[in-house]
Amino acid sequence: MNPSVDALRATFSTAIGRAAVARDGETLVCVRAEQLREVMQWLRDAPGERYDYLVDVTAVEYRDRERPLEVIYFLRSLERRVDLRVKVELDPRGELAVDSVVPLWPGAEWLEREVYDMFGITFRGHPDLRRILMWETYAEGYPLRKDFPLRGRFSRAEQVRQALAANPEAHYSLEELSIAEAYDELPRDMKERLERGERGKLPHSE
Amino acid sequence: MKHMVETKEIAGQSPNWLLARLDDLVNWARANSLWPMPFGTACCAIEFMATAASRFDFARFGMERQAFSPRQADVLICAGRLPFKLAPVIRRVYDQMPQPKWVISMGACASSGGIFDNYAMVQGIDTIVPVDVYVPGCPPRPEGLLYGVLLLHKKIKGESLSDRALREEHPLDDKGLRLPPDQIDEISEPFGNSVHQFRSA
Repeated sequence: MNPSVDALRATFSTAIGRAAVARDGETLVCVRAEQLREVMQWLRDAPGERYDYLVDVTAVEYRDRERPLEVIYFLRSLERRVDLRVKVELDPRGELAVDSVVPLWPGAEWLEREVYDMFGITFRGHPDLRRILMWETYAEGYPLRKDFPLRGRFSRAEQVRQALAANPEAHYSLEELSIAEAYDELPRDMKERLERGERGKLPHSE
Repeated sequence: MKHMVETKEIAGQSPNWLLARLDDLVNWARANSLWPMPFGTACCAIEFMATAASRFDFARFGMERQAFSPRQADVLICAGRLPFKLAPVIRRVYDQMPQPKWVISMGACASSGGIFDNYAMVQGIDTIVPVDVYVPGCPPRPEGLLYGVLLLHKKIKGESLSDRALREEHPLDDKGLRLPPDQIDEISEPFGNSVHQFRSA
């Protein structure tokens, strides 16, 4: 078992739930959702831990409806060459929300958007929580949830109609198209629209 | 009527003789200089590239120049599965192609959704654009695609300039669909193993 678990228990005591070694030899540790941000901050910054790389964020829903949904963070310390998995359990009957870790690892932004898109789990404090795989107007729900039918909720004809009605150029917001460094190079009208906060509207769409 | 009868007597042929010869010439030219617009989305595109490369080389069939712009293409080859997110894209590509234009649906997924009978995938591109030739296979071998291209040649050689309906544009209807909704539902119905796919809800 990864020694970080004992260090976590010594530091946060009640916030740390069960820990186990997964079949592939990596250590899993459960953390209470309320303390997630503190625990993650500590794991990233404490001198003996230094988990400086967030490999992935994902979620699991089990077929047993009573079991909580899990959000799983795959952490890696590049300098110590150690991996750790942190799990947060969410009661499916309560609010499906956890604190975002984007302030700690900026790379979590798209990973959390994907979890939000597929599972409907909200990340509090995320700077831009939108769907990332499905289009933004997708109204059928969250595809990886167990109550989601494999073929989607709408009829095929309705799905085709909605898909064809989409504007193929509107999948990117103005913010995504304008990389921060290139901001000065942007045409003036685009800058103005950016400042007004308009998104998804391109000069040549429609 | 008298005039037509006279023409027939002079030429010893049907009055459509000249038009038929012109059709032959135009169709011969069209069939042997098809410019493909590749719309490669998955593993079929790899086979498509193999078909274009030297061993199989569809340049032998007049497809020397691949048009990576729909404005200069004759035949749209959809090679691979088409997610709903790409549906408006392929429709726009098709709309931008000038007449005469044809569509080849390459592989099981483009033709029917294939193994992807799920929430994200179009169940056959014929729900979005009209298709001339379906090439089965997962993915089809280059010989398969070439056979499809030759079938398209055959189809083109049977066309006639006098058939105005062939070159008509068919924009989406007022509901924004190419086919009536019940027809789309019917084509998209599960078949084979995927009828056992309902596991939840």
